[in-house]
Amino acid sequence: MSAIEIDVTVNGAARRWRVAPGDLLLDVLRREGYGGVKRGCESGECGACTILLDGKAVLACLTFAAQADGREVVTIEGLSPDGKLDPLQEAFVEHAAVQCGYCAPGMILSAKALLDERPDPSEAEVREALAGNLCRCTGYVKPVEAVLAAARAKGGAR
Amino acid sequence: MKPEDPIVGRSLGKLDGAKLAAGRPAFTDDFPVPGMLVGKILASSRAHARIRSIDTSRAKALPGVRAVLTWQDVPRVPHTTAGQAWPEPSPYDTFLLDSKVRFVGDRVAAVAADTRAIAEEAVRLIEVDYENLPAVLDMEQAMAEGVAVIHDEPDAKGIHDARHNLAGYILKELGDVEAGFREADFVCEREFRTHRQQHCPIEPHVTASWLDPDDRLTILSSTQVPFHARRQVAMILQIPVQRVHVIKPRIGGGFGGKQELLLEDICGALTLATRRPVKIEYTRAEEFFMARSRHPQVLRMKMGVKRDGSITASSLKVLATTGAYGSHALTVQGNTGSKVLPLYRTPNMRFECHVVYTNMPVAGAFRGYGCPQGFFAQESVVDEIAHDLGLDPIEFRRRNLIRLGDLDELSAQLGEGRKGLARTIRSCGMPQCLEEGAAAIGWQEKRQAPPARDGHLRRGVGVACSMQGSSIAGIDWGAALIRMNEDGSFHVMSGASDVGAGADTVMAQIAAETLGVTLDKILVTSGDTDTTPFDVGAYASSTTIISGGAVKKAAEKVRAQIVALGAKFLEVAPEAVVCRDNTVSAADGSGKCISMQDLARRATYKEKMQVMDHASHFITDSPPPFCAQFAEVEVDTDTGQVRVLHLATAIDCGVALNPALAEGQVEGAVAQGIGYGLYEEMAIDGQGVMRNPNFLDYKILAANDMPKLTTILVPTEEPLGPYGAKSIGEVAINGPTPAVANAIFHAIGIRFRKLPIRPEDVLRAWREKNRQEQPAAVTR
Repeated sequence: MSAIEIDVTVNGAARRWRVAPGDLLLDVLRREGYGGVKRGCESGECGACTILLDGKAVLACLTFAAQADGREVVTIEGLSPDGKLDPLQEAFVEHAAVQCGYCAPGMILSAKALLDERPDPSEAEVREALAGNLCRCTGYVKPVEAVLAAARAKGGAR
Repeated sequence: MKPEDPIVGRSLGKLDGAKLAAGRPAFTDDFPVPGMLVGKILASSRAHARIRSIDTSRAKALPGVRAVLTWQDVPRVPHTTAGQAWPEPSPYDTFLLDSKVRFVGDRVAAVAADTRAIAEEAVRLIEVDYENLPAVLDMEQAMAEGVAVIHDEPDAKGIHDARHNLAGYILKELGDVEAGFREADFVCEREFRTHRQQHCPIEPHVTASWLDPDDRLTILSSTQVPFHARRQVAMILQIPVQRVHVIKPRIGGGFGGKQELLLEDICGALTLATRRPVKIEYTRAEEFFMARSRHPQVLRMKMGVKRDGSITASSLKVLATTGAYGSHALTVQGNTGSKVLPLYRTPNMRFECHVVYTNMPVAGAFRGYGCPQGFFAQESVVDEIAHDLGLDPIEFRRRNLIRLGDLDELSAQLGEGRKGLARTIRSCGMPQCLEEGAAAIGWQEKRQAPPARDGHLRRGVGVACSMQGSSIAGIDWGAALIRMNEDGSFHVMSGASDVGAGADTVMAQIAAETLGVTLDKILVTSGDTDTTPFDVGAYASSTTIISGGAVKKAAEKVRAQIVALGAKFLEVAPEAVVCRDNTVSAADGSGKCISMQDLARRATYKEKMQVMDHASHFITDSPPPFCAQFAEVEVDTDTGQVRVLHLATAIDCGVALNPALAEGQVEGAVAQGIGYGLYEEMAIDGQGVMRNPNFLDYKILAANDMPKLTTILVPTEEPLGPYGAKSIGEVAINGPTPAVANAIFHAIGIRFRKLPIRPEDVLRAWREKNRQEQPAAVTR
């Protein structure tokens, strides 16, 4: 198959990549150094590869790299570009929501997509937003607390 | 002397929290090595077969394929994949590659290629000529005469009775159980059935290996047991231990599944064959059927009681299957007896267990390690007895529970596959756990009134108690080395393997507390066999008590060196020197002091002395953490659906060195425990094939599935633990299932003794019960 050229904005920076038509966005992002996009199931079931595509939380394992052409991708690396954690990331650390941390990037991005759209979510809305991000360590208690705390800190959360 | 503001006992943020939340490189697959090949294993499609021949010519001819290994290309060294201390109590019944396959998913061949696509294609091109053998899939048939022998190889070692597919056998009795049952006014005997649960770490097993410039085999792996992995790889590949370097980076969940050598050996073999870096990562499906799972068991629990509620005898007879290989076979099942029966006092106890091979996916270590099965049986029977005696289930338990000062002698009988050590209960918060847990769930109101009902919805509450251990007594050990840097910071090199639970942070807290410095002055390196001293690894709820004990000892020795220097520099007696808040000062009222930083610089450049020391640590007991768990459920009698509304856990882990991390252990274990009881099940068909190796068909709880969780840390002080700590990693997985089962009984009056408790089973039993109770009501 012939390679195609795509133009993607990743974490604010313009990128031009040559990809194969069948390449998954997950593989291309990891290959290009965005290791925070995690591989957990490659079939859209675990949420570890969650990214933001034009602001919406999507799964990079269910997205062809070619579909990102001309669009804007945010990975977890994009939340702390200068090394300083985003308040949402800080809330995850502070509330002990990170255990093994493998699902954390995806979970944080799902939460970010929620808070960008709904700054004052209820607990049920947070749980719904995180429902696609499986975590085997935390029982979700502390991640949910972290998201609500981050929302409160920004003046949201009911 | 303790600083005013203790560092242990505080919910300080994890040392690795920021890098993980930021998604920085941390896990095995985040460190690509130039020129790295991709490895892939050809898994057996047959449950039981001999390999007549393998044709690898087409695979080898594929451009980009760098190596294809079959059993003919590798050393034949019997071993166990169980990451246990040498000599392992698990049979040596496994080979790097073999001419026989024993389950669907067993290794047949391994490929290394330039890309994943080429490796996958090469695996498809390998032609295997199988001679099918009869498959033994039913554990209850495995020992019968005439059944196929799964381990007929002559060079396996340590199998109890290979000809009868018996991997291990245990029989232990304290007192006289039969006499005890004769003494009883009531005897309750019930059979329970448990199933296969998989660990489901979100990061599947992954290993990368390469030869370093000195030709040493370097292995980066998602392992809980770097030192055992080093020893095992050296043995299997027949190279000296010193030629192997194992590094554990961050790992994406373990739960016991990574206390197992699954990829390190074959990845290393591919590196040796190609002299290239190689990476192998399980797919999610492979993780399900090629990795490990929880042992299914059939349990017969029998308990005799007097009218006054005292227990005269308890006996547990277990049939378990380890699947195709005996990894952890004996020890998991030993735990089903030794950690479960002694929870209730009785002079007469008996445990008997057969662990059989079947041509099924291999079982292994899994959080709880045999206890979830045993406590499901025991806590169900105890609940039934209390009900029959007309006693409140809490009251019946309270009268019979093990208590402070008790000696648990069954543990002496049932050690790590051999004789063990008796346990003395030196700390026990169980009475308070029952009290606080009951209050959290609203036990009094909810049990005194008839169960709440709303049309077809019935509510009930149930309780279950359990305990675990803290390390394997007399076997687990670990070491730590602490070095002072010239700026007054300290580098802790600990053998402990942080599996995500926060061991590095807790080690740092212990060191900081002991040295009298703030947490930011502690740097931790762990899980690297070239750098850190030995440690058995992260399993058996041992890290805090064993590795933490080693860090505390080492820190005390380092502090003694600092005190001596402080005495010299301050010109005071050593007895008058205290280390606190990054300062070494004289407590004699003179006000003399020196900052840790100045002391360190002076020690380094003037005294020419490296302040540094190390310590090794083990204990000859295994202090149990205790746990009382309460479930409130709602049963939909129209659909059979059981919804857990609230699960409250009150737990005694001694002093919680980091309460937030301790709570996290409980909350995660509870989620797995509810899944075990109600949702999770590996479905294996009549050919030995797993039908649901994905997260759509194998359900683990998501954020919106969770009930309300309450976690109560009940403080006690364990004399054998560092700063009073016991373990907390496993115990909370034991109770959710029986607590839910007992709550279902409270709600609808039916006991379920087979796991998972599925809606169809509930509905069938509910309809059956109503048919029997109201034969007239259904006619119309």
